[in-house]
Formats: sequence, C-alpha cells, structure tokens
Amino acid sequence: MAYLDHAASTPMLPEAVMAVTERLQAVGNASSLHASGRRARRTVEESREAVAAALGARPSEVVFTAGGTDSDNLAVKGLYWARRAADPRRTRIIASAVEHHAVLDAVLWLVAHEGAQVTWLEVDGVGRVHPEVLAAALGDDVALVTVMWANNEVGTVQPIVALAEVAHAAGVPFHTDAVQAVGQLPVDFASSGVAALSLSGHKLGGPLGVGALLLGREVVCTPLLHGGGQERDVRSGTLDTPALAGLAVATAIACARQPETFARLGALRDDLVRRVLEAVPDAVYNGDPVDRLPGNAHFSFPGCEGDSLLLLLDARGVEVSTGSACSSGVARPSHVLVAMGQEGEQARSSLRFSLGHTSSSADIAELLEALPAVVERARRVPVR
Amino acid sequence: MKLLAALSGGVDSAVAAALAVDAGHDVTAVHLALSEAPAALRSGSRGCCSREDARDAARVADVLGIPYYVWDLAERFREDVIDDFVAEYAAGRTPNPCLRCNEKVKFAAVLDRALALGFDAVVTGHHARLADGVLSRSVDLAKDQSYVLGVLTAAQLASTVLPLGSMTKEQVRAFARSRGLGVADKADSHDICFIADGDTAGFLRTALGSQPGPVVDALTGAVLGTHDGAYGFTVGQRKGLALTVPAPDGRPRYVLSVEPVSRTVTVGSASMLDVSTVLTGPPVGWLDVPRSCSVQLRAHGMVHECVVSACGGGWSLALATPARGLAPGQAAVLYDGDVVLGSATVLSAS
Repeated sequence: MAYLDHAASTPMLPEAVMAVTERLQAVGNASSLHASGRRARRTVEESREAVAAALGARPSEVVFTAGGTDSDNLAVKGLYWARRAADPRRTRIIASAVEHHAVLDAVLWLVAHEGAQVTWLEVDGVGRVHPEVLAAALGDDVALVTVMWANNEVGTVQPIVALAEVAHAAGVPFHTDAVQAVGQLPVDFASSGVAALSLSGHKLGGPLGVGALLLGREVVCTPLLHGGGQERDVRSGTLDTPALAGLAVATAIACARQPETFARLGALRDDLVRRVLEAVPDAVYNGDPVDRLPGNAHFSFPGCEGDSLLLLLDARGVEVSTGSACSSGVARPSHVLVAMGQEGEQARSSLRFSLGHTSSSADIAELLEALPAVVERARRVPVR
Repeated sequence: MKLLAALSGGVDSAVAAALAVDAGHDVTAVHLALSEAPAALRSGSRGCCSREDARDAARVADVLGIPYYVWDLAERFREDVIDDFVAEYAAGRTPNPCLRCNEKVKFAAVLDRALALGFDAVVTGHHARLADGVLSRSVDLAKDQSYVLGVLTAAQLASTVLPLGSMTKEQVRAFARSRGLGVADKADSHDICFIADGDTAGFLRTALGSQPGPVVDALTGAVLGTHDGAYGFTVGQRKGLALTVPAPDGRPRYVLSVEPVSRTVTVGSASMLDVSTVLTGPPVGWLDVPRSCSVQLRAHGMVHECVVSACGGGWSLALATPARGLAPGQAAVLYDGDVVLGSATVLSAS
C-alpha cells in the first residue's frame, strides 16, 4: 500500500501517541482548583508554551481550538465582528480566491447573514496572490484580510510576509490559514506580521480534533462559543488535555524537523514529479514549480477524470486525492483550479499526491508501477 | 466477475450487492449523486439522493467490506431525465422518468463508465429476472420493474446482473436483516425522486410558467373553462379540471387529449377514454415479437392481449380489451407471458 494523501491527514508521530495515551489515563478538568485540576492545567499550559515556542508566538497568543475549521471560523467571523463593532463602516472582507472551504464558506456565511461584502483576490496561473493586488483592493471599509499560507490543493506558497505588511500598513488585521504550512515550511508568528494564524493537529503528526489559533495579543476577536471563557475569553469549552499534550509534542517535533523535512520530502517529491512526467508526458504539473509545499505534487491528466484515476489507483492500493477531501464524496471542479484559469473539464482531471513523514521512495515506486496502466484505462472512460 | 454495484441507499440495491459479494464476485460500490443540491435528510418516501441516502449506501458498503465511491451524475440526470421530463410534458406527452433514468443514466452513463474502468457488468437492485439475456418479470408481481427495464438494449442487458428477480420484497428484507444491513426496514421509495413534495403540477408550473388555454368539450366543442397550462394535464386525468359547467349527463369528465400548440385540453366522458388501437415509435427489442402477445402500457398497469403489426417503423397494436386513458409518451412493453419482448413509446391511440 502507498499512502500519498498526507495533506488530508498524516499519521500521528509515535511521540504524540505516547503523550496522548499517557495523559488519557489521568483525571482532571484544567479549570478545577484541586490537585488533579492543577495537574491538567499544568499539561495544558506546558502544551501552550511548547506550541508558542515552536511557532515564535507568546503563550498568551495561543488559543486552543478543535482543529483547523474551528480556528478558521473563529478568525474570520471573530475578527469581522470585532472590527465591525469598533468601526461600523468596516464590513468588507478581502479573501484570496483559493482559500480552503473552512475560510471560503465562513466568508460566504458572513455575506449571506451578516451584511458583509467580499472582495476575492485574483491569483495568477500558479495560484499566487500578488501583494499589489491586495494593496489595490484595500480601503477604509475593510474589516479583515485572509490569505492562506500555502494552498492545500496545488501547494503554492503565498508571499505571506509581504501580504501581511500591506494589510498592516492599511490598519487591517490579517489572518492566514497555515494548516498545510506548519511543519513543512518555516513559520514564525512574530516575524510574519500576521494577526491570526490557524493550525491543525492532524496535519502535522498530532491528533485529530485539535488545533490552535495564534492570535496577536493586541488583536480583538469576538468569541463564537460562549461558556467558561477558558481560552482568553475568545473560546470556551473544557480543554482536551490529552489532545493538547499530543498537539504540543507533534508541533514541537514537526517544527524542529522542518528544515530536514523540507529537504527530504522536497527531494522525494521532485523524484515523483520527474517520474510522473516521464510516464505520462502530457500530464500538467500544477501550482508553483518552485515555491511550494515540499510534500505536494499536483497534476492534471488530460483526457482523464480525477474520479476514475482515484478509483483505479485505490483498487491497486495507491491512495491519493482529487483535491481536498469533502464530506459528500462528490467531486466538483476545484475552485482553486478554476481561480487559476482552468476550465471545468481540465479542473476535473486532477490528482494530488501529498507526502509526509512516513513517505519513502517505495511509495513512489508503487505509484509509478500502477500509474501508466491506470491513466491508459482512465482515458477510455467517457467524460461526463 | 468484477462487478460495479449501484447503491441507492435503499434495501433492494443493498441486497443485490450483498448477493453479488456472497456469490464470490469482486464488487465495488458506487452511489449516484443525481441532485445538484442534495438535501441533508431524506424527506418521506421520495428520492434516493439525499446525503442521508448516501450515508446509508456507504454503510452498506462498510458492512459488505467493499470499496465505495460517489459518482456525480447530477448534470447528466438533469439533462437526460429532468429536462426531458419537462420537455415531454410541454409537448403534451406523459413521460416515465424512471424509465428514462434507466435508459440514459443507470444503464448508459454508469454502465459505460463501469465497462471502461474494467468492470464486467453492473449489478442493480431492480425487481426483474435476467437470465441468458432474457428479461422477465419478478416473481413478486407487485414489485416487478421489468416494465421500466424493457427499454434496455441487448448489449446493455448483456452487461447487467439482476440478482433479485426470484425474490419477493419480503425475502429481500429478511435477507437484509440476516446480513446485518441497516437499511433492511427502510421505507420503499416511490413517486418521482426529483419532485420532493410530490407536486408534479407545481413543479411543471415553476419550470414552464403560466400558459393559459381553454378546456373544450369533445362532443360539442364548447369551451368549458380555462387552465393555467396544458402541461398540467394527463390523458385520463379527472381531478383538477375546475370546470364551472357540469356535464349534461352529470357524470365525471376526463382529459381525453392535450394539444400543446393551441394549449387546448379536451375533456369527455369515461367511455371516450377507451382505446383499442395503439401506435408506437421505433421499438427497442431483442426478441422476435410474435403476432400475438400481451402489452403493458404503464408501470404496474394492467396487461392486454394484443395483435402486433409493423407500422411506419413502429408497432400497431390491436388490443383485445380496451385500455383506458392512454397518454402519448408512455411506454408500451410487449410480453410473452412473463418474458419481455420489447419496448416502444406510445405515439397515439384510438
């Protein structure tokens, strides 16, 4: 079996499994005032410090959440409401056209229900947002800007520091969904200049169902969940101590190993790309060929449907994705590829291969053994 | 064999897939997403396209231990089934959308994809028997679906497996329970799946807009009233005529014909609905049609003995007993006993 879908979820690091299971055996609500509660709180606060240290943030800037979607919704809606409350003219959101659905749909919800307007930032053919495009879109009616650090489908890395600087100069808070970036790219919250940054446990070797929003100390954010106010009064809910212990260990290791990961996965990926293009010469390599996530390889296979390729590869034990995983299981043409200028049919012909910490050259060999026959077979399938 | 099982989320397709797995075939499941905006939950007995149905289908695949995928055929379904449904009504005919879905989607688009992907055949949960390329009625006559499968060509049937033909619905449910399939007691779906509230006239009104026209008495030619759109009427229909002038004999009146260009709906007495000669378009058939056989003119309708002769590329059917309320657009399916001989679309009847 070859698992080439680490961008959907990557296996937990053994150290993270250890940390979670160890803490699962202990009792204690981190808000309780007795000894068991203090022990839980200590784990939570040590986890907060570990995440902060790994990502160049202060511990008070780490707001624990239940994952990437939770963080994105909190940032987009919370920043929008807070800015609008401070200045009622600020009702416009600027977002890139290639955001993950957790951002995209949160923005669309604010448009539908909260009187927000939206300006979608155009991207170029590789999916990159240019700072001058953002500069032209800004105005004194803007509540927030949100641009992902690196794209989950095509892997293109955005010029986050430059974009955040443009937004900062205009006095607008800048959020970035860094779910795919943490552990693969150097991410430093303080020096990036962003106001808010989303990350997710299971994309970096931690547990599912846990994540964080890094939120600058001076950034005001309206809560979505009300209750005990556990997380800086920005988010409520009893903290998941075992999951946070796992998240902390995984984040620390992923960030410490990031340079090595970048080099190792990048080399594996380059090998994969070279061999795929050799085996299928008319395949199109999508996204930025240089400035991209080291574990990401994204192709269009002309004349094939991604659905067919996925089914045929799955039957041969090779696990890939047609884009981002989606609950209904229905494959729609990717909005990312459409924003990059691809048409419906081409946008449906794509596959994403994504590598992670357990990937090896054997996975790539297995893919390449299956791929030529699979592509040949998929080309016979009538296009819808 | 390598089989592709189409799972609707209902009990029939689940059991069909289970029987294929138990027979030792290499089975892969697909659920067809046919709605462009699927509802989260199933409403009543209609439809097979909600996300709840997709989940039920996925759970069947889990229990059977087979791969499961969703195929998005919503666009194809809209073009070939829903648009066709509206266009047929607009032209004064009465289509059968289930038959069209079998012909254009399930046993065309899906089968073509399956064969191209390297599968040997498609397995479905239709209640009909299929052996050696011969299609015949299910042993459960109340559930028999051979009528809506009559439109399949010999080539399509050659790549189709129908495991349920010799089981009654009760046996299907019992097997599902014994096999641990959660859909064992799920309600049957009926009516038109893409009209969620069951209001066909309302659906057509939304699609076609208001097109008022006269309601005319067949005998006298007198205008008895007006209607909002001729597409809302089907030959044989009694309800919804909203006539202000009662019939001279005081008996109910029925729609006799629908003329889309002049938007005229002609009504008359029940006896005027009886027809004994039926003309059809070109048939789809794979068996020689004898001069004498029987014909079924609507799903779950009665069967008429008939004499068949060729007529302008189609059939001319002389019915031994009159059929009541036959609308152009319906399918005439010929049978020899339980064996399906062929299917053709009704053009006219007199």
